[in-house]
Order: sequence, then structure tokens, then C-alpha cells
Amino acid sequence: MSQPIIISASPHVHSSKTSKKVMYDVVIALVPAFLVSLYVFGFSALLLTAVAVISCILFEFLIQKYLLKTEVTVADGSALITGILLAFNLPAGLPIWMIVVGSLVAIGVAKMSFGGLGFNIFNPALVGRVFLLVSFPVQMTMWPLPDGITGATTLGIIKEGLMFGNTMTDISAQLPSNMDMFLGITAGSIGEMSALALLLGGVYLLIRKVITWHIPVTILATMAVMTGVFWVVNPESYASPLIHILSGGAILGAFFMATDMVTSPMTRKGMIIFAIGIAVITVVIRLFGAYPEGVSFAIIIMNAFVPLINKYFKPRRFGAKIKSKIV
Amino acid sequence: MTDSVLYSVLLLASLGVVAAVVLYIVSKKFYVYENPLIGEVDEILPGANCAGCGSPGCKSFAEKLVNTEDISDLFCPVGGNDVMKLVAAKLGKEVTEKDPTVAVLRCQGGCDVRPKTSEYQGPRTCAISAMIYSGETDCQFGCLGDGDCVNVCDFDAMYMDEATGLPVIITDKCTSCGACVKACPRDIIEMRPKNKKDLKIFVGCLNEDKGGIAKKACAVACIGCSKCEDICPKDAVLMENNLAYIDPALCTLCRKCVEVCPTHSIIETNFPPKKEKKVVEKKVEEKTPEIEKVAVVKETVTVESNNTKTDA
Amino acid sequence: MLKTFPKGGIHPPENKITSSKEIKRMKVPTAVSVPIAQHIGIPAEIVVQAKEKVAKGQVIAKSGGFVSSNIHSPVAGTVTKLDLIIDTSGYKKQCIVIRTDPKDPSNFEEIELPLKTDIELEPKEILQKITDCGIVGLGGATFPSQVKLNVREGSKLDYLIINGVECEPYLTADHRLMLEKAEEIVVGIKILMKALNLQKAVIGIENNKKDAIGLFKSVIKKEDGIQVAALQVKYPQGGEKQLVKAILGREVPKNGLPLDVGVIVHNVGTIYAIYEAIQYNKPLTERVVTVTGKKLENPSNFWVKIGTSIKDLVAEVGGLPEGTRKLVNGGPMMGKAIKNTDVPVTKGTSGILMISEEEASRGKAENCIRCGECVFVCPMGLEPHLLMNLSEKGFYEKASGEDIMTCIECGSCSYVCPSSRPLLDYIRFGKNIVKKLETSKN
Repeated sequence: MSQPIIISASPHVHSSKTSKKVMYDVVIALVPAFLVSLYVFGFSALLLTAVAVISCILFEFLIQKYLLKTEVTVADGSALITGILLAFNLPAGLPIWMIVVGSLVAIGVAKMSFGGLGFNIFNPALVGRVFLLVSFPVQMTMWPLPDGITGATTLGIIKEGLMFGNTMTDISAQLPSNMDMFLGITAGSIGEMSALALLLGGVYLLIRKVITWHIPVTILATMAVMTGVFWVVNPESYASPLIHILSGGAILGAFFMATDMVTSPMTRKGMIIFAIGIAVITVVIRLFGAYPEGVSFAIIIMNAFVPLINKYFKPRRFGAKIKSKIV
Repeated sequence: MTDSVLYSVLLLASLGVVAAVVLYIVSKKFYVYENPLIGEVDEILPGANCAGCGSPGCKSFAEKLVNTEDISDLFCPVGGNDVMKLVAAKLGKEVTEKDPTVAVLRCQGGCDVRPKTSEYQGPRTCAISAMIYSGETDCQFGCLGDGDCVNVCDFDAMYMDEATGLPVIITDKCTSCGACVKACPRDIIEMRPKNKKDLKIFVGCLNEDKGGIAKKACAVACIGCSKCEDICPKDAVLMENNLAYIDPALCTLCRKCVEVCPTHSIIETNFPPKKEKKVVEKKVEEKTPEIEKVAVVKETVTVESNNTKTDA
Repeated sequence: MLKTFPKGGIHPPENKITSSKEIKRMKVPTAVSVPIAQHIGIPAEIVVQAKEKVAKGQVIAKSGGFVSSNIHSPVAGTVTKLDLIIDTSGYKKQCIVIRTDPKDPSNFEEIELPLKTDIELEPKEILQKITDCGIVGLGGATFPSQVKLNVREGSKLDYLIINGVECEPYLTADHRLMLEKAEEIVVGIKILMKALNLQKAVIGIENNKKDAIGLFKSVIKKEDGIQVAALQVKYPQGGEKQLVKAILGREVPKNGLPLDVGVIVHNVGTIYAIYEAIQYNKPLTERVVTVTGKKLENPSNFWVKIGTSIKDLVAEVGGLPEGTRKLVNGGPMMGKAIKNTDVPVTKGTSGILMISEEEASRGKAENCIRCGECVFVCPMGLEPHLLMNLSEKGFYEKASGEDIMTCIECGSCSYVCPSSRPLLDYIRFGKNIVKKLETSKN
């Protein structure tokens, strides 16, 4: 025999699922939404995504190679995903230097300073986005519309309208139709345009078993129920559940941001608690907060609770409580 | 404007006073008496917190020293006799002097003499690979080479030699705290007495297999031929399970056993070179691998005695 | 819907390439080396000396304590030496080496024992015979059977479960045995039911062995109290606790035994060995071994004498295929990797598996991405990622508090980990330390 026999502890076979494959599945799932953004915004969407991806990968490489002097692991695809997700959460036409700053915060602060992949508490892309949002609120809320002028997002219009004392009936005239929001002809971050494209990606992830239904379904269902209650009570002051789900980052957040493996709980029970928390916080921010949109904040807030959730919502140990069931 | 400055200064000052009072009361109420001697003994101890004495740290060892009536069984291996004498003087108790010891590695099975016959995949720690099987070579007694001993050494007295795959003990830095002895799943590291020039003779092998099998697995294995036992004038060599052991209490460092050992598994350290010329000649010859190994072993010993004082 | 256990589990590729290969009888080896520690518990005590002549089936090592087992000579011949030989543990262990006498006819008799259905022995005698014949659990754990059957007076025992699950990929030894010896196994079940005074028995078989399920269903038609349960295919259903849960829905309490819920579980191989021991007074000196591997010329199942060198077995199937990088004694999920083929077959050897580079190699361990796969697949409801971390960092007390000792070492966590982390390696290590800490405390 040319090569020596390998000895290792059992098991001696392993599934073919690897971290890398998981990461690239996520990238594939994001393609439809990216195509929609290309269609809607053209070159500026491409530029935004390219800058975010390149700077995320570059920062990770530089930090690992020269600052931490550890093994460089940019090939695992996690920085690539962070870059895409960050870009998806930014408005088209954002100055390039801001994108770079956002990437630095996402990779440098939110990811590498915690110890790199697997150790970060907060979703890096969202940290980058929120950092930009609170630092540059004007640029971050200039939403270019497909026809070249800038406008407000659906949720922005509602919030502003309600603030000035208008009723939902008045406001709804200015809103895009539900169908437009579903297909993606609306103002917003480049990645949250088309609910359809995002759902396509989400279904792909579910089929590939990269994510489970627990987080996205719970988030959307809880949001629908909560906003539904308000809407039924007073349809003039609150938007319908359908608008809430189709607008803003709800679907993007539910399928792609909240399901980030590193920053979500590890048990099914925990996932459901986590998802309910996100939905409740989102709705509270949307209906009563100062910002029109709250998915990013909600996910980051719930990210902070994940270690706690993992600690208190453990899987039930086999044989822990014995129900004396004699067949 | 001035009001607000005044208010804030007053507020902070009063807060400070209240906090100070609370702290004072608490410190009085919850005061725990501690023998001042403990602190003083702790000062004398080296402060390495290596746990070599059996206590988890220097402070707890100091407590033990102060609170135990007879401290002759207690010993700080790092500080040695000097520190123990100081402690004894401070406490007015008796200590027994112990001969200083130093860790030695009883395996010379480097990559060149002990061929690997399998490849281990899994966490690279000796504790786990020892649990799974007998190691990558055919010797089930020798060093596994995953460096658990190096990892536990608090004094940077050990490193892994990449060429041989064996750990190396830097004798000067070794405090004989015993952490490596505990970490090694194969009990390869032994504490042996350290004399002034750090002269040592010991068997660098633990293989209990029969001669042929041991030799096949490792070229420098002890084959249990008993030649050293026969030649030793002081009966310091014990033969058990095909393996020689040199009792440091009886050994007079005469080096007779080193010469007769056919596999060169007996290690001598820091002796002045005996026949330097011959060694050099042999090194030049380098014909059969056997002789080459002799040369290499002796040569390293020569170098060590002059410079670094590391154990092979 | 077929039954299965509810929590966790995986579906590794089955690769049961030898399931249609009849069990062949290995030719008698020229020499056997019989280890004295073939079972869990105290090793047996050697009662023969070098140069002593031994008859086939003679006791050569006597049970060394309560949890121990007799060991019998698999051949007639001469003890050549008592030596240390590397066994499956990877370490040299005491073995009795016997040279087969080529002239002794008992070595070469074709033993096809006819079916014998009348159970003559009384319960006490049955248990004694099982002890005498050195029967141990043949599913892999090799737990001495008499200890398992030693039921305290007054325990509420109502079910005997026969484990015909064979959830390990590649292995087909139990499957073939069930197909070829179904009637004998049913007699074996009746023997145990008589010995334990049980009215009900269930044979659990996974649904990938439809032929065996069908066969048993037809054999047990005339039997009272014996049922066949077809189970969903899911690893590790062959684990005792998972099997009891799957078949009866009863959950064995933490740190408990199936006996605590009124069940005794035995492997089909063990049942057959018990049948032979009771009906023909035949000690356990041979077992079925699957010799398999994707690149093997002629993978098959064999009746092998205990102590036969694995080298002989490998030669029987056409030699080690080119590019073999791993030799496994047992199945791919729980078997032990062995260094070379000079290892003897023991009572616990259910298969010899030869795997090639691509399958054998482990990926490089990467950072944990906290995907939670290991938590989802753990059939015991543990958190493998956490246990690994705790035992890696040395927090053994905490690991013990997280129920590390209830791990059944099925390997599902390491199997699914997308970052190729050595989860089970560290958990097993932690278990060892915790066990040591616990024994030192008591």
C-alpha cells in the first residue's frame, strides 16, 4: 500500500453537506432578488453590490492576514454573503465611500472583533446597515425610484401620512398597489424590491434544507396577526397586514437575515421564541416608533438574546421526564 | 448657569460621601480575619500559580503552609529549597530539603528512527489519540507527539521539535512543577534528580515489547538485552518487562551502560565529550544508517554540553 | 405510517451491497488468536497453558467476575502461546493463540444443525446454559447476556424486543441471519420467553429489509405473542433506547435501562447464539461477519470462527483493494478503525469495512457556524456543540450537568456537522474524564 491507513474515531462516514456548500446555497438563493434589482435600478444596483462584496471580502482578508495573523478563510463564502446582504439593505445610489465604511463596520466590528465566523453575536450585514442608517440618516433614506426621482418607501409614506393626521384611506392613494409590491416596483433598498423573488430564494433554501420553516414562517405569521388585530380594530389608522408583510424588509429579513445560522438560536423551540420576538419588535417600531421600518433593529435586538434563548430553551433530553405510558 | 454647576457638584459630592459611608460600613461588617502571615508567605512564594505543589495556586499553598503544623511534606518545586528555607524561617517551622529535580523525556523515537505506520485524523491532542489507539507508529509506549506536555507548560520550558516530532525540555527553564508529567497519557516524562552540572543518565525508552518487536517499531528502542544490568557496578539498573530502568538513587553516572547499549537507548546528558575525534570520524563516514544514528546522537550531546543544555 | 423514534436521527447512504449474499462458511484457519477481553466488563481468566491440547468448544478462559463471560476454543488444536496481540482497541491485549489440528475431524465437520423446536430445559437451566456458553450481545456492545437476563425478583417485565434493525450502513450480517435462520430465531425467542416467563415479544426490523419482515410474518403466524414491527429506516434505531421508544413508545429514563420500563432487548444474532447454546449445547465460538467495501471484488457475509485473523477474511474476498485508506471493525458509524489486518475477529465483530480515500478522509475542522444541525439530529436530545466545547475547554463538571454521560456515541452529530468538527471525539473524551471523576468521588 502506498499510503498509510488512516485511523480516526467513529463515525467513519460524513454527510456531504459542508459550510461552504451552505454558504453558496444562500448566494444562489439571493440571485433572483439581485436580478430584480438589476432590472429595476440597472447599473447602480450592480455597482452597490460589487462594492459591498469586494470591500467585505477585502476587509476580511486584510484583517485575518495582517491584523490577527490567522489563517485566511475568505473562501468559505461568509464574507461574500455579508457583502450581498449589506448591499441588499442599502438604497441604490449610496456614495461608494459609505458602502465601504458600512462594510468595514460589518466585517471589522461586527464579525472579526468577536472572533470571526461563528463567534459574532450580531448579524454583520445588519450591523453595517444600522450603523449607516444612524450615521447618515439622510442618504440612507433617499430611495431612488425606478423612474429616476427619489421617493419614500411604502412604510415611509404611511408613517408620514399618519403623522400629519391623514387616514389610511387618504394615504392609500399614494401607495403602490399590492401587486406592485409583490413584483418589486416600489421604493426601497435594492434587495427588498420584489417579494416574489425573495420568496423564490426562500423556498430554494427550504428545499435545500439550509433553513427550516420555523423562523420565517413564525415571523411573518406573527406580524400578520399583530398588524391584523390593529387593522381590524381601526383600519383608518393602521395599514393592512398584507401591506406590512409585502413592504419594507419583512420578507428579506425573515428568510435571509433572521435565519443566519450564527446569530439565530439552535433549537426549534428557541427559533420560534426568537422569531416571535423579532415580529413583535418590528411591529411595535413600525406602528409606534420613530422609524418607519424596524426589521433590522428587531433582528439585532433579538440577536442579543440568542445566547440566553440557547441557555433556557434546550432540547428535551431523552428520558428526562418519564410519562408512564404502558402500551 | 452657575446654579446648575453648583447643583451637580453638590449632588456628586453627596453621592460620593454616601457611597464612602456605605463602603466603610460594609468593609467593617463583612471583614474576614486573615492571618497576615499568609500574605507574607505568599510574597515569598514564586507566584507562578503552577499547581506543582498540589494546591491550586500560590495563595492557597501559603494558607496551607501557615495552617499546617508539620510542613515537612509540603514543597514548592518551583522555588526549591531556597524558598522553602525562607518560608521555614518566617514560620519557624521545619522543612526537609529535597534534591532538585528536572523533567526528562524517556522517548527518543523521532520520525527518523520510529517509522509511522498509520495516519491519525482527529483532534491533535495526546489525550484523545491515546484513547483511540496506540499511536501512529508501531510502538504503543512511546511519545504520541501531539504536544499536550508543551501546552500545559507554564514556563516555556518545552517546545515541539518539528524535525523529530518529539517535545524538547529546556532544562534551565524547567521548574519541575510536574504539569507535563500529569498531562502525558503515556507517562513518558519523569522527574529525575538534577545535579550541579545537570549530568544525567537514563533509559530513553518505555517499550515493554520483546526485543525484536520493539526494535522493529523503533531503532532506538530498549530491547531488554540486560547488557546494562550486567555491566552496572552499582546494581542501579532494574530490568522489568523487557525494559531497563536506571534508579537515579543508585546510579553513579559512570556511563558504562551507555557504552554497552546496542540500540543507544540510554541517554547521557551534558557529559564532556569523551572521544571527540572518533565521533567526528564517524560522522564523516555516514555509511550504514546504524552508525549514522550513533554519530547524530553523540553529536547533539556534544553540542548541548557546550551551548544550550537541552535534553535530547 | 411506520413506527420510528421521534427525536433526531439521520439517513446515511445505506450501501448494503452484501444483502443478497448468502452467508458462506469461512474455511477453518490454521491458527486463531482469541483475546480474553471480548466483552464489556472484566476480562476472562485464562485456564489453559502453552502447549496444552484443547478440544473444540472447551473453555479456555473462565468468566472473571459478575460482568464477564466464558471464552471457548473455536477449534481443536494446541495452545501455542499466550501472547500480547493488538486487538480492536488498538492496544496489545492478552490473547490465547491456538494452532488448529489439521487431523482432528471435529474441525472440519460440516455443521448444519437441523431445526429443533422442543424446549426441554427449565428457565433456571436456560440461564445457566447461557452463562456457560459465553453468550454476549452480538449487536456490537458485547454485554454479557446472562447479566442482562438476570432480572431482579419483582421487576415488572412484560416485553422482549428483538433487535433486527441493523441501522448501520454497509452491514448485512443480521439481515442475512434473519433470512437464513428465521425459524431458529423464533425458537430462540421462545426460549427466552420461557426463561423470563414473558408472554409478549416483538421483532423490530427496518423497512429496508422487506424480505425479512415478510419471512418473519409468515413464520410467526402460528406463534402466540410474537409480533413483527416494521420500522422506518432511520439511524440510530438499533440503539436500545431508540428501539424501545420506536416500538412501544416507552421512554427509558435518563441513565436507566430498558428494564426500567419493563423491556429486555436482544439482538437477533444473540438470539440465534442462544438457540444454538440451548438446543445443541454449542458455545459461542463463531459469528456472522459482513466483509464489505465499495471497491471489494467479492464482498460477502461469512460464518467466522472467533480469533480468525482479519487478514484471512480479507484474503477470502479478494484482498485489500487498491486505494484502501481505512479499515473498520464494525459499521461505518460506530465501528473502530484498525491499523492493519493482523487483528483477530472477536465476539463483537459484526463487519469488516474497507473504505477508500474519498470516504475515509475527514474534512478539515472549521469554525462552528452554530447551524444547530447536531442538536437537531441528536437522538438523546443533547447539544453536541456545547458538550464538545465544554470538554475541549476542560469544564467537565458542567459537561456532566449537560448530561454528557447519556450520549450513546451514535456519531450522528459528527456525521452531519457541515464544518467537519470532531464533535464525538471530544464528547467521548469528556465522557471518559467524567466517568473517572465520578468513580474517584465514590
